[in-house]
Formats: sequence, C-alpha cells, structure tokens
Amino acid sequence: MTNTERIPAVEGWFTTSEPYCLIGAKCTDCGTYVFPPRSGACPNPDCDSMELAPTPLSRKGKVWSYTENHYAPPPPYVAADPFEPYALAAVELAEEGLVILGQVAKGVMGVDLEIGMDVEVDLEVLYRDADGVDHWIWTWAPCAPEASA
Amino acid sequence: MGALRSGSERMMGSDRDLVVLGAGMHPWGKWGRNFVEYGLVAAKAALAEADVAWRDIEFVAGADTIRNGYPGFVSGSTFSQAMGWTGAQISSSYAACASGAQALQSARAQILAGFADVAMVIGADTTPKGFFAPVGGERKEDPDWQRFHLLGATNPAFFALNARRRIDVFGDTVEDFAMVKVKNSKAGVGNEYARFRKEFTLDDFAGSPIVSDPLRLLDICATSDGAAAVIICTPEYAMRKLGTLEGTVRIRAVANSTPTYPQVRLELPDIATDSNAVVSAPALGFKDSIAHNAYEQAGLGPEDISCAEVYDLSTALELDWYENLGFCPEGEGASLVRSGATALGGRLPVNASGGLSSFGEAIPAQAIAQVCELTWQLQGKSTGHQVEGAKVGLAINQGLFGHGSCTILSK
Repeated sequence: MTNTERIPAVEGWFTTSEPYCLIGAKCTDCGTYVFPPRSGACPNPDCDSMELAPTPLSRKGKVWSYTENHYAPPPPYVAADPFEPYALAAVELAEEGLVILGQVAKGVMGVDLEIGMDVEVDLEVLYRDADGVDHWIWTWAPCAPEASA
Repeated sequence: MGALRSGSERMMGSDRDLVVLGAGMHPWGKWGRNFVEYGLVAAKAALAEADVAWRDIEFVAGADTIRNGYPGFVSGSTFSQAMGWTGAQISSSYAACASGAQALQSARAQILAGFADVAMVIGADTTPKGFFAPVGGERKEDPDWQRFHLLGATNPAFFALNARRRIDVFGDTVEDFAMVKVKNSKAGVGNEYARFRKEFTLDDFAGSPIVSDPLRLLDICATSDGAAAVIICTPEYAMRKLGTLEGTVRIRAVANSTPTYPQVRLELPDIATDSNAVVSAPALGFKDSIAHNAYEQAGLGPEDISCAEVYDLSTALELDWYENLGFCPEGEGASLVRSGATALGGRLPVNASGGLSSFGEAIPAQAIAQVCELTWQLQGKSTGHQVEGAKVGLAINQGLFGHGSCTILSK
C-alpha cells in the first residue's frame, strides 16, 4: 500500500482517484439509475430486467436541502472527540434524476449553503481506525456553476 | 369515490366497518422496565373497557419492538403468554412507526375474512435514551447501518432537511415550527397518558439547543416507553354485547400503503431517492397517497374530518401532514397552524392528544395509541382535551422504508 492510496469507507460507491465521482448502477434495459450501486432487479416496476451495471454518476449537482449536525451521531458513526458540528446536504443530479445525501466538505456550514447551489464530489477522511488507517468518504463541496447550465 | 356519495350516505359506513369495543393505554414515560409490563396494563384496561374476557379473544395482533430482544420480535405470542395461553390465533407485525397500524390491519383482515369475531391489537415499547441508533452489529449491507456509519445521518437530520425545504420553498419560519410545539404542548397538559405535561411558549425556544439546524431540541420528539391496546370486533358481536350499535366507534379505513416508483422525496433512512430519469414522479407523492388511500377506502374526504392525530416526529413534519391530508393547499401549513384552526377549540384540531410532542415515540404502541385517542374523542371521553362534537377521526403516520399507515374512525 502506498501513502497516496485512499481506502474507501464503503466499497464501490465512488472513485478513489481523480476525477472523483459517485458510482451508481444503471438498468441495462430501461436505463433508470440506482444509488447506492447494487446488482439484482431493476427498481422500475414495469421493467423485468435483472441487470444493473455499475456506472459513474455526474460529478456536479445542485443542493436540494441541507442541515447541520450539532450533536455527535451515535455509533456506528465514528465521531471525532471533541465533536465538531458539520453539515449534510442532499444534492440533486439532473441527468440521473437522483437526490443523494452526503456530508458537506469540512468547514462549509449551513450559513455557506443555499438550496439550488452548485456542488461537486470531493473526498475526505471519514475516520482513522485503530491501526491508523484513514477511511475516506465522498463529500459535497461548493463549486462554480456548470458553464452549459 | 367519496365525492359521489351524499353527506348522509357517507356517514353510514359500509358492511366492512368493524367496531372498536374497548381501548386501553399505559401512560407514556421513561422508566426502562420490561415492555411486557406496560403491555399488560394496556391489555387489561382495553379488555375491561370492552367488557370482554381474555379467554374470549380469538385473535391477538402484536406490534413488534426491535430493541427488546426476541420477545419483541414475536410480540403476539409474548403478550399471549404473559396473559396466559388460550389457544388464540396470533400475528406479530413489524413496520417501524407503522407497526401498530399494521397489527390493526392484520386483526381487521382476519375478522373481515370471517376467521374471528373479536381481536386484540397490542403494542408496547421500552426505548433507549438519546438518538435512535441502528440495532447492534456491523451490518454493512443494511441502509439503516450505512446512513449512520457513513454520514451520521440521524433521524433529526432527515427531519431538518425537510424543515429547511419548507423554509426555502414555502417561506416558513422557525417560529412557525415552534407554533406547532406551543399548540401540542398546551393540549398535552390535559392528557393523563402524556409523558410531558408542560406548556411551552415561543420564548422557550431561544434557550433550546439546536440539534439539526434549523430544528431545536423542542422541535423534535423524544423516545418513550409506553403501551396501547384496542379490542375490535364485528358489528354482530358488538350488537350481542351492547344490544345496540348506537354510539359505537367504527373503523372505516386502515390503509397500509407503499410508495409508487419513483419515490422522489428523500425519506428516512434512504441515502438517495429513486431516479425520475426514465419514469416520471407519480401524481401523488408518498404521504399524499397514504391519505388518499384511506379517504377512498372510507368514502370520506378531508372536509369530513373532525380531528386528526398525525405523526409530529418534528414540528415541521406536522405542517407537511396538513397539506398531505388536504386540510390546506401545499405550502399553507404554517398559515393553518397560525390561524388556530388546528388547536384544541379550532375548527379542525390536530394532535388534541398532545401528539408525539407530548408523548415521545414508543414505536409499536404509537399508532395504536392514536386509535385509542380517537376512540375516546369520538365517545366524548377525552376529559381535559376533548374535541367538542367529534364525529370522524383520522390518524396517519409513516414507518421507515416505505410503510405508510392511515386509519379513519367514525361514530
């Protein structure tokens, strides 16, 4: 293992090298999307497909809503001690028609966010385990609006 | 279908109506005792009110609790054994917050199918302190485990995302949310079964810590111990028992609904919504559809409701329910609470019991407690928090992972 390798806190949900993006699943038949990624039956009740293929999702989206956690969440969350409040945002990905929840980049709080704001996927350390290994998670980080949008 | 029938016809009900013969509760609180103890108190109170012997109960529908070991997962048999085995038929249901309503539906379906004439529906819980956390063990495939481990997305965080949307989209204020607590706490003072019997004012909110911005501790319901039970039966059984059906409380609807794909509203405990890229969102969102299904079953509409018990897990969520139930147009929930219409003494009291705000949630008991409350309201027995002249009552809630429930009762 090299120092630059990033260990994801959950396997297969996002890329661990740039450009960072979430990985969903797409039905090979009707084309609908799923996040978190999984195999098995398409969730569209009118589609009989049993094949969902992993697919990278749009890197950028718009804030649908947001909040700040002011108390340490209970385990299995690994909370920093002392606990620092942090923000969560639900972000709408236009092309995939999904709203996906995530932690917001460290230091960016509710006062810095607004509904409809542009954000993109970044990676941060979620927690360091007992062996000193960092486990990474996706975050939503404010970014410049898409030029084409 | 309700709209096609005249007012008097609508109040008559259908041949599928069942009778609530008795209701019983253990007061809500936080004692940490065995949940079965609470359940026994509620069961015996309901039997006494119904004047039915335990041995005569033909079907026992238990609502399960997942934080109390194996007995909690098989609540139907747990309560049957505690009361003394009688050879009755049983079911044990878990549907998160909708567990009680699902147990009610289980008993109702058994009776309507002709397998039983009289049944007990019962739920009880003992809850840990603080945030609800997922049940123990490392379960990496469980979305409920994932949302805590990966995001720290607690229940209040989900309530807060929803509340923030209301502020941004509808122009609600945090004071509008606080008005719900002020209203419900005032009603709860008069309810002997409520855990918190203290009236709060808007001034109390400034000193209440923020849990998940914009929601403060006073905006979020606690977790409680409690128990509730009802005895339900066929009209024929009630007739034999009472000699008349005059003044009896009828179950007009029990809807246990799932969402329709795609579910495009981010709902507890999901990390993401369904996709609307290929299939457009349905005309009715999930919460709207729960109410719609129940209205359709009862042949009634929002204009027929005298009082409602809604799941105010957060203050802001109560405003959503006003809109989902058709009590006001979308976005006007804040105006409705501010008008006083939904307060005790208003034209359409909501959570006259004091709501979850005054009770705190005892998961499997809560939806049954809503039915107890409405039964007593319709019978004019809710001393201290009575809705004058109540004829039709509605209870609604939503369990995790897409378990909706709505019950309508009428006199």
